[in-house]
Amino acid sequence: MIVLKNASNARAEIVDIKIDGGVIVEIGKLSEPGIDCTGLLVLPGFVDVHTHLREPGFEASETVLTGSRSAAAGGYTAVLSMANTAPVSDSAELVEEVYELGLAAGYVDVQPIGAVTKGLLGKELSAITEMASSKANVRVFSDDGVCVFDEKLMEQALVAVKKFGGVIAQHAQDPTLTPGAQMNEGALATELGLTGWPAEAEEKIIERDALLAQKTGSRLHICHLTTAGAVDVVRWAKKQGIDLTAEVTPHHLLLTEDLVRSYDPVYKVNPPLRKSEDTKALQEALIDGTIDVVGTDHAPHSAEKKECEWDSAAFGMVGLENAASVVQQVLIESGKSNWERFQSVLSEKPAQIAGLSDHGQIAVGAVANLTLIDPAAARTISSSTHSKSQNNPFAGMKLPGEVVMTIYRGRFTVEDRKLVAK
Amino acid sequence: MRHLISTADLTKEQALGLLDNAQELGAVSQREVKRLPALRGKTIVNLFVENSTRTRISFEIAATRLSADVINFSAATSSLSKGESLKDTAQTLEALGADAIVIRHPASGAAHNLAHRGWISASIVNAGDGSHEHPTQALLDAMTIRQRLAPGSDLKGIKVLIVGDIKHSRVARSNIHLLQTLGAKVEVAGPRTLMPIGIEKLGVKTSLSFEESLSNQPDVVMMLRVQRERMTENRLGSEPEYAANWSLADQRLASLKKDCLILHPGPMNRGLEISSEAADDPRAAILEQVANGVSVRMAVLYQVLAGGDA
Repeated sequence: MIVLKNASNARAEIVDIKIDGGVIVEIGKLSEPGIDCTGLLVLPGFVDVHTHLREPGFEASETVLTGSRSAAAGGYTAVLSMANTAPVSDSAELVEEVYELGLAAGYVDVQPIGAVTKGLLGKELSAITEMASSKANVRVFSDDGVCVFDEKLMEQALVAVKKFGGVIAQHAQDPTLTPGAQMNEGALATELGLTGWPAEAEEKIIERDALLAQKTGSRLHICHLTTAGAVDVVRWAKKQGIDLTAEVTPHHLLLTEDLVRSYDPVYKVNPPLRKSEDTKALQEALIDGTIDVVGTDHAPHSAEKKECEWDSAAFGMVGLENAASVVQQVLIESGKSNWERFQSVLSEKPAQIAGLSDHGQIAVGAVANLTLIDPAAARTISSSTHSKSQNNPFAGMKLPGEVVMTIYRGRFTVEDRKLVAK
Repeated sequence: MRHLISTADLTKEQALGLLDNAQELGAVSQREVKRLPALRGKTIVNLFVENSTRTRISFEIAATRLSADVINFSAATSSLSKGESLKDTAQTLEALGADAIVIRHPASGAAHNLAHRGWISASIVNAGDGSHEHPTQALLDAMTIRQRLAPGSDLKGIKVLIVGDIKHSRVARSNIHLLQTLGAKVEVAGPRTLMPIGIEKLGVKTSLSFEESLSNQPDVVMMLRVQRERMTENRLGSEPEYAANWSLADQRLASLKKDCLILHPGPMNRGLEISSEAADDPRAAILEQVANGVSVRMAVLYQVLAGGDA
């Protein structure tokens, strides 16, 4: 049994919460003693709709266990693991394998994402229905890492997931406009002699898929928006009543292409870091609701994949352990939004998109998945974390907020600001 | 100056200092004994991960004239072809005693990485990285312009036209930075498909017509080499079509002013970007460029390794 005393919820109400048998049994003013949470915010555990756990196939970068530990340390109680493993998660058997690894790790719910196309090759649909009815109960499908570029196939995929209320999460990148792309297209790419990644390559796929979602009446989720233009397209699509949700990463909210001047591949990511007018548009969109969720796109890579020249380096950044701090910076420290919005983008809405009913709420009878943060804390981000990899672009930056406790299904995974050994 | 990675890092004073030193050191090449003891005991490695016989030989001669020991390390015969990382290769070379590494690499930023990632402490000279920069080429171009058009001074007011594949050209980028630092007015001209986005942000004028650019009577016309392997890749159309629009030949050659300087970084595709007539015109300074290449590389190696004024 855990009793939390005097925590503040997202509406700034002071509450006591009693947890027993893995569920919340009481909320209110309780007479019994418990852990003093004065000054701490209690929120439903965070849910990441976009995590790369790398197992099976790339265990040198991350495993389900190390990624789960990193997630718990970042305040997460559930992560959706992307399908671009080796082998690719494109069958019932393979998604169940990842699901089992998650259960064995026991730090967060690991909800596998199924591949949209076999082997992520973009040629034929994978076993979508079988994955949906498997033990892993897959609801989100994505070829993330690559775009589902074939329009007919994308339409078929949207139709296929509609039957069971699933969603296609699209990595929006027209591959014909981005061969060899290394960074944001523009004057800086020209100066640095690196091949550009044009904004249109992202925007036109979002536009196309919004129309397909409208036609099929299916749910569409857009991964990692990066440009001001992409925000405009999503805003337009929502105005048409199209059923789509949009995601932004912590790094695209805060970091810009200027960092590429260092030629340090810790800043190499796909889609690339853009310009300050883009980060500004993304921040506004997160505040006004055009963007629904923050997904980390946690993409661990072992040192040798980054300790090389820019062109040869792998794309991606880790992000689970500082996402909440970045969101606090953007929503709260800016004075432009509030903790209810914070709770929505990191927990409620991601849980809804993923169909995870055990997450995203604090209510009597609900599964006890909770995160308590100290919003007054300030910390310098370290590159060494619970992830197996250290490719963290925020390392050395000072960010607000710290996870004090993570409670996963009624048990502490983080207690006293430290990950609990298991 | 510990490294030379980009001409954008050079102040006007530094650039002029290098050019003055190059002028003096170049005199050594005219002597019977073409050698100074300036870098005796120093080891310079030419790490050429991308082939370039001319630039490598030029650096080798420059180092030899300063009495440094030179080791050539090329990708085809090295462990890099066996999958060794650039970092491991560089650390190995330093462990073997390299004081300076002259690097040519197909990836933009490779020289910057060696200088600034904390892998090694040797001095780094960029001999061309991807489509980023080729700073010693720009220095030798500036030296040649200076000798012909502005002896002993900067390049204030000199109109330089750079023509061809601007998009993939590291020579163009290094020249844009350096020549403008020295006071020149730079214009770049080339077909739309080879004009990189945002190049005007570097301060240059852009043009999509060779004729129009020539009508401004430039003081210097720098023709870039067409990389034939890129013709199909970038859908440039045929070579005759390119030559028709962008070759320095016939009417265009005739329209140049009397003392206009013709430059080309070599190797030339005679008949493609430049006619034989233009290449052999007295206004062309292509062989002077080659000779000046040795001088500026002597100045650069001396500067990064001995830090003095020569």
